[in-house]
Amino acid sequence: MKHHLISAGDLTRDDALLILDTAEELAAVADRPIKKLPTLRGRTVVNLFFEDSTRTRISFEAAAKRLSADVINFSAKGSSVSKGESLKDTALTLEAMGADGVVIRHSASGAPQRLANWVRGSVVNAGDGTHEHPTQALLDAYTMRRRLGDLDGRRITIVGDILHSRVARSNMLLLKTLGAEVTLVAPPTLFPVAVGSWPCEVSYDFDTVLPKSDVVMMLRVQQERMNAAYFPTVREYSRRYGLDARRMAMLPQHAVVMHPGPMNRGVEIAAEVADSPRSTIVEQVANGVTVRMAVLYLLLGGSEPAIGTTRTDGE
Amino acid sequence: MSAASVPPHSSSPDGDVSHKSVLEAPDIRRALSRIAHEILERTKGGRDLVLLGIPTRGVTLAERLARRIEEVEGHPVPYGSLDVTMYRDDLRMRPARALGRTELPPGGVDGRVVVLIDDVLFSGRTVRAALDALNDLGRPQAVQLAILVDRGHRELPIRADYVGKNLPTSAKETVRVLVEEVDGRDAVVLEAAE
Repeated sequence: MKHHLISAGDLTRDDALLILDTAEELAAVADRPIKKLPTLRGRTVVNLFFEDSTRTRISFEAAAKRLSADVINFSAKGSSVSKGESLKDTALTLEAMGADGVVIRHSASGAPQRLANWVRGSVVNAGDGTHEHPTQALLDAYTMRRRLGDLDGRRITIVGDILHSRVARSNMLLLKTLGAEVTLVAPPTLFPVAVGSWPCEVSYDFDTVLPKSDVVMMLRVQQERMNAAYFPTVREYSRRYGLDARRMAMLPQHAVVMHPGPMNRGVEIAAEVADSPRSTIVEQVANGVTVRMAVLYLLLGGSEPAIGTTRTDGE
Repeated sequence: MSAASVPPHSSSPDGDVSHKSVLEAPDIRRALSRIAHEILERTKGGRDLVLLGIPTRGVTLAERLARRIEEVEGHPVPYGSLDVTMYRDDLRMRPARALGRTELPPGGVDGRVVVLIDDVLFSGRTVRAALDALNDLGRPQAVQLAILVDRGHRELPIRADYVGKNLPTSAKETVRVLVEEVDGRDAVVLEAAE
């Protein structure tokens, strides 16, 4: 039985819709005088962050706390990990503390999968290496659905560092499941070799894709992963693959602009685009808490998880 | 919530179940009319009234009661829905389930007389959950309970202020309330596992 959320590809269409619908109902909690539900009272959620990510950690922490779970934050810096403890020993420590849910962020692709074999609680992947970041994909889909309605047949364009982007990978898998058509745009050097086998379109020319996009999702140029010369200069990248006011004007009237953050203004996205009413960047942050509440509720709220249990194949 | 009134071992296939219609559409209409008048009487005209239905069928009944009260009294009555799923005490006995909608009328519940409305009153656990949920949404002046069918077998010290019909049942039977908006017809059906 699967009771983890490791990959967006593990979610069936019904699972994904259940998460999005649940999030829809939970959104109202943020507007109440008492922003808390008693549902996960007495359950413990551990945030296990081996890689710095204040935004994602805070989002998961807020989500767990709004459901009344006890939250333990464990970051690699200044912990036993910096003294050389292995992932497995860390996992066994968590197990001994009785963690019902473990939210893990790790620089190694596949770390959450390994962890899932060692702990009894539900593992939620909060980003592993260049592999996946399923809750980001869910909050993006939720944001799109709020702005545009049903995603079936919608055209989503994802632009930027596809090679290193777990956000792109998870989004592509989830959007495919939800019936949307995904086009990836990047310089040839920033596509993984296997992109030909992915269920999506690939383009090197941003301008031709723009007029038929319902959503444009800009990815961050990840300076910290740019240890090889993937493009000549940042300025050239920005000119060919950055979203500025001229390109935004080529989008259909209803189209929205997304960015998972943190963004480099002036590199992949111009400030005037990021601050325009078409941009969903601030909404995405608020929606992140709501969607993560839905995921935690569906995984930890009942006697057994309500999502992902039907699939026993894979891994 | 009629699901709450289904005892765990009543899910026998249709062949073993006898259906008995206890209330028909006109009976339900008369019961709701009477409840509407009782609510108005008890709340002296219903000026501060808010009706909150518990999904799914309680919401339909709340809508109908609100309409009926407006017909009688001539002023609209705010109504909404109150989902209690996240407050249930049996959450950990089943897989996490889909949530219903909570939608308060614009004025909220603070200082109002809230009438909770559900289709069947059985163990009382749904109502307890509703009281907890309401507690997080505001502080009503008073909370009352209206029920279409009270089937007995209470497990908590909870009683209804307005009852459509008292229906003595055995714990093994299932009471199902059907409403036109959801089920296509109005009826209260008693299903007995043989």
